[in-house]
Amino acid sequence: MPSQEVGKNPVVEKLRDWDSQAVAEVIDFRGETTVVVPPEHLLGACEFLVRNRDLAFTYLSDITPVDRFPLEPRFEVNYHLLSLDRRERLRLRVRLAGAEPIVRSVTSVWPTANWHEREAFDLFGIRFEGHPDLTRILMPDEWEGYPLRKDYPVEGYR
Amino acid sequence: MTTIETAAGPAEPMVLNMGPQHPSTHGVLRVILDLDGETVLKAKPVIGYLHTGIEKSCEAKTYSQCITLTDRIDYLAPLSNNLAFCLASEKLIGIEVPKRAQYIRVLLTELTRISSHLVWLGTHAIDLGAMSVFLYCFREREEIMKIYEYVSGQRMMTSYFRIGGLALEPPPGWLDRVERVVEAMPGHIDQYEELLTENRIWMARTKGVGYLSPDDAIAMAVSGPLLRASGVPYDVRKMFPYSSYEEFDFEVKTSGDCDSYARYKVRVAEMRESLKIIRQAMNKIPSEGPFRAEMPGIIPPSREEMKTSIEGLIYHFKIFTEGFAPPPGEVYQAVESPRGELGVFLASDGSAKPYRAKFRAPSFVNLQCLPKLCEGRLIADVVTCIGTTDIVLGEVDR
Repeated sequence: MPSQEVGKNPVVEKLRDWDSQAVAEVIDFRGETTVVVPPEHLLGACEFLVRNRDLAFTYLSDITPVDRFPLEPRFEVNYHLLSLDRRERLRLRVRLAGAEPIVRSVTSVWPTANWHEREAFDLFGIRFEGHPDLTRILMPDEWEGYPLRKDYPVEGYR
Repeated sequence: MTTIETAAGPAEPMVLNMGPQHPSTHGVLRVILDLDGETVLKAKPVIGYLHTGIEKSCEAKTYSQCITLTDRIDYLAPLSNNLAFCLASEKLIGIEVPKRAQYIRVLLTELTRISSHLVWLGTHAIDLGAMSVFLYCFREREEIMKIYEYVSGQRMMTSYFRIGGLALEPPPGWLDRVERVVEAMPGHIDQYEELLTENRIWMARTKGVGYLSPDDAIAMAVSGPLLRASGVPYDVRKMFPYSSYEEFDFEVKTSGDCDSYARYKVRVAEMRESLKIIRQAMNKIPSEGPFRAEMPGIIPPSREEMKTSIEGLIYHFKIFTEGFAPPPGEVYQAVESPRGELGVFLASDGSAKPYRAKFRAPSFVNLQCLPKLCEGRLIADVVTCIGTTDIVLGEVDR
């Protein structure tokens, strides 16, 4: 749901001032701000949001992929950021193509991303470049397929 | 593989597989330990043994049906899970819940916090050899379970919170039962503290064990008592108040010692704070008033209305067969569960089923710091470190 008030959020403005290419779209819904970032700018934007003292998004709550099959770009990865100092949340989103969903890992910025990215790899088949140990985490190692993809059946035999 | 120095020359460390069937892993957690004698060089948690695909199941159910699944994520705090899911759905739809229902929700989730901390305290104590504390904790927990049963009809899988309010009007006299528990609880907590706080064995097993610095705690995004015992005063109830928590007077307990003993102190202090909140909620809850919001087509009408009006009957039928369709969009709603920040991310595509439901499980994230807690320490301390993170494997694996 695109918003009419694009650009009013000071955090988004700071991000835009830093690199206008880093903000592809801003979505406001129910008081939550989502910034869509092109995949190639993700790592840089994350480093900026953490290191900038006025922003200090030092806490990564969660990483959640969504599969928009059969639309393209098929995958969305949502990063839920939290600034403990400023009591503010922000959601970053990257959109990834279905054929080869790959994005830079953010484990160098937030070590907690390790297991979240493993889970995203395990259940959606999204690859995170630069991840120290990208293996399955919830499903058995020899499992075939990615259960949370929309083309994976909810029940029945494989 | 690393090599270690022994009296007989260099050697490989011994690899020990702890779990998944091990009593002190509180479920089915497996930890692969690299050992030099009794010292842990490396610890690697292996999870997934209890993975049931709850998030996938949610995508095939209507919003109301999903609530029954949320109970089963963290089975020690079912009402906190119900609350997180209901709040997220309400945010997505845009429902204002009546104050009476909000206060009852606060009261019951705080009771949940106490009962969950009681299980933690009891099992942590039994892991470290103090059996009697376990028996006392379960005795008190039983009284809280009886309140759940009286209010919702279920001891564990309550599903009592529904989108828009509560499932049922609470039965008459339920606050008297809460009163009895709240009255007796401070004395019981004193009793546990008498057994443990100054206990030399307890202190020797927990003080300085499982050290987690504030910077590491934030980098690993741990939450709940684990984070607060490392001196970071982050509590969702204070930072992003929900369900009228801003109207309650309570303190966020922290400690700067960053060890297992500090986490024990923080959790015990939290139980006392929860009692304070429950007392305030008991005074606030109006005896009369709606326990559910009114929103035809989304929130079921009352029994009376369903049986006497044709619109009520139609809405009731439609809600329970087709469900209802929130507008497309995504929301993230966090609550402070006994274990930390429990977040629910819901993505709607405008249909009656969640397009994606994700549970940000605090246990899953907290468990990730286990290697930091126990590396460099003895095997016996691994038991303390697992206990002190207070994980529920159902929530870790979902």
